[in-house]
Amino acid sequence: MSNPSPAQVATPDLDMSRTMPSGAKPMIRFSGICKAFGSLVVLDDLDLDIAPAEKVALIGPSGSGKSTLLRVLMTLERPDKGSIEIDGAPLWHMPKNGGLVPADGRHLREMRKNVGMVFQQFNLFPHMSVLRNVTEAPVHVLGIDKDEADARARDLLDMVGLRDKVNHYPAQLSGGQQQRVAIARALAMRPRVMLFDEVTSALDPETVGEVLSVIRDLAHEHNLTMLMVTHQMGFAREFADRVCFFYQGRILEQGPPDRLFNDPQNERTQAFLRAVLES
Amino acid sequence: MFLPIEFYGNLLQGALITIQITAMAGVLAFVCALVAGLARMSSWRPVRWTAVTYVEFFRGTSALVQLFWLFYALPLFGLSLSPMTVAVLGLGLHIGAYGAEVVRSAVLAIPRGQHEAALALNMSPALAMRRVILPQAVVAMLPPFNNLMIELLKATALVSLITITDLTFQGQLLNTATLKTAPIFMAVLVFYFLIALGITSVFRTLERRLSVGRLKGMAR
Amino acid sequence: MIWDWDYALEVLPKLLDALIVTVQAALVGFVIALVLGMLIALARRSGRLWLSVPVGALAEFIRSTPLLVQLYFLFFVLPGFGIQTSPFITGVIGLGVHYATYTAEVYRAGLDAVPRGQWEAAWALDFSPLHTFRSIILPQALPPVVPVLGNYLIAIFKDTPLLSAITVLEMMQVAKIEGSETFQYLEPLTIVGLLFLIVSLISAVLIGRLENHLGVLRRI
Ligand SMILES: Nc1ncnc2c1ncn2[C@@H]1O[C@H](COP(=O)(O)OP(=O)(O)OP(=O)(O)O)[C@@H](O)[C@H]1O
Ligand SMILES: [Mg+2]
Repeated sequence: MSNPSPAQVATPDLDMSRTMPSGAKPMIRFSGICKAFGSLVVLDDLDLDIAPAEKVALIGPSGSGKSTLLRVLMTLERPDKGSIEIDGAPLWHMPKNGGLVPADGRHLREMRKNVGMVFQQFNLFPHMSVLRNVTEAPVHVLGIDKDEADARARDLLDMVGLRDKVNHYPAQLSGGQQQRVAIARALAMRPRVMLFDEVTSALDPETVGEVLSVIRDLAHEHNLTMLMVTHQMGFAREFADRVCFFYQGRILEQGPPDRLFNDPQNERTQAFLRAVLES
Repeated sequence: MFLPIEFYGNLLQGALITIQITAMAGVLAFVCALVAGLARMSSWRPVRWTAVTYVEFFRGTSALVQLFWLFYALPLFGLSLSPMTVAVLGLGLHIGAYGAEVVRSAVLAIPRGQHEAALALNMSPALAMRRVILPQAVVAMLPPFNNLMIELLKATALVSLITITDLTFQGQLLNTATLKTAPIFMAVLVFYFLIALGITSVFRTLERRLSVGRLKGMAR
Repeated sequence: MIWDWDYALEVLPKLLDALIVTVQAALVGFVIALVLGMLIALARRSGRLWLSVPVGALAEFIRSTPLLVQLYFLFFVLPGFGIQTSPFITGVIGLGVHYATYTAEVYRAGLDAVPRGQWEAAWALDFSPLHTFRSIILPQALPPVVPVLGNYLIAIFKDTPLLSAITVLEMMQVAKIEGSETFQYLEPLTIVGLLFLIVSLISAVLIGRLENHLGVLRRI
């Protein structure tokens, strides 16, 4: 069986590849995750632990599996092998008769409550106003009262600096504004883990800053666990507690940003950083 | 060359029946299209196959054959429907089969990111379909549905062959009675054309209503 | 059991004979639609308003009104102008003209898809407009739309039962005559339905192949 027994999962792990800074119980634990598309192996027996409230930046060359890791955590992609735990509870499996069986839709919905995601292409709902983009899921998924959801949505939109745009439609906003709405929309579901997949890559250069500053505030003010795929090394350095370098579906090297950026040990990390920092 | 004024009353009566059949069969067609179009994308195989069978069957045989079959052959199974029911049922199912493809392709045209965003917000597939995917797809469905409604309007002329006194039937009655063939049929065609224009203007209005607010930047 | 096998086997050969008439009508109608459709498309693209506007309006009119009424019109009106033709000829003219307004739209889409630069390049080489059109533009505009045209062949085929209304002895008419003689409509009508289904499905598969084939050609 692909999923490790509970005993195995609980064993303290000395493997360097999943080091967390603190010795705390992990918020997220990837164990032996494998994912292939046809013959292309995208995640290769990957282990990673993330502590509660930890901010982790994922960097690495294109196609190295960074997005796929976020996507299996968001349940947009099913891993071929391995297990993921969120706060100790298995994501893709559920306990049954003393063992673990593949998760059904209900279990996945229960687990997905913990996770929110912001996409490179924003993916706002174009037929809904900004306000409804943010209230839609709280009202219809969480069953929150509409007025309460409205009030909370306004607070969140205020936080991302879009108080005056509540009645606009996505098409009337700039890319940076749309992405800030997308962040508010994800936060409205009160996730404990937020995933950011290259959220500034589709933006015009002049609007990148406004989105990054929202994320920066979020990192400071909230005890959210955050995983962020990014090509912006400068932001990764100031934002992250830990940086993981992906290469061909594995984490080749990881550590605090200062160490990783100033003194990379692995040859490939060095080559990658040289290439990005030059450009 | 022009039709004497006293004949227009008959044509108008027929036109009302034609409009009535078009409207009722149109509603039925829309429902069939939605159900069959979504069923074709179901992950449950029997549902999918039922929908495919319906679509292929009604698109593969001719509308007139379907009407005649319902009209002449169905009573042999002990099920006698009124001509009006046959008309609405037959034409609704027929156009609905074409509409199913419209629904399907409009839903498939919604970008994957919309499905993913809905899932990331923990929406169930049904909720995502109802509140995120379909409302966007409907806008894309309107122009092809407009065409289908015109096809439906034209197909209603066939009901004159199963004894319904629609516009075409009234034209024929007048023709037999007066032998003013050219002006009568010309007037009938003009009536149909006017109804078609009416249908198109309804759809234009719907399109304008439904795309409020989201139009501006979408073409960017 | 209601279904009478003996009777079904008795009418089958007659219906198969009528199928030949049906196919002939569809093919001749299709050829007319192909040629006339191109003329309409060219007229509508023409810069001469006295040509493009009336042709466009007439095509729109024909496309929005029922084929059945158009057939009656031709059937009853042509003789009035001293044009004596057989019902078959009247029928295929009706089919051809009606569907020409559809093929014209298909051609138009195909022609619009050819980049302007192709015309300009040809003019730069001093080709005559006719030569440009025949050897440069058409070879690019046609292949992508061949499958769509093929679908209209199937559509015409499925509309041939309408010719029964003007006494053409195609399948539907034969089935109705057989049915009215014996008061057994079930067998002939069902057989007609099945024959339509079989021919349409086979044609759809063939067009699918053609589409793949042309798709491959275009990608090379
Ligand atoms: N649904 C899919 N089907 C087939 N291949 C896929 C699919 N999704 C991703 N891939 C492939 O998997 C590989 C890893 O993709 P992934 O998106 O995880 O990389 P990445 O590290 O995020 O790269 P980038 O920096 O370009 O976003 C890529 O080569 C991609 O083409
Ligand atoms: Mg990626």
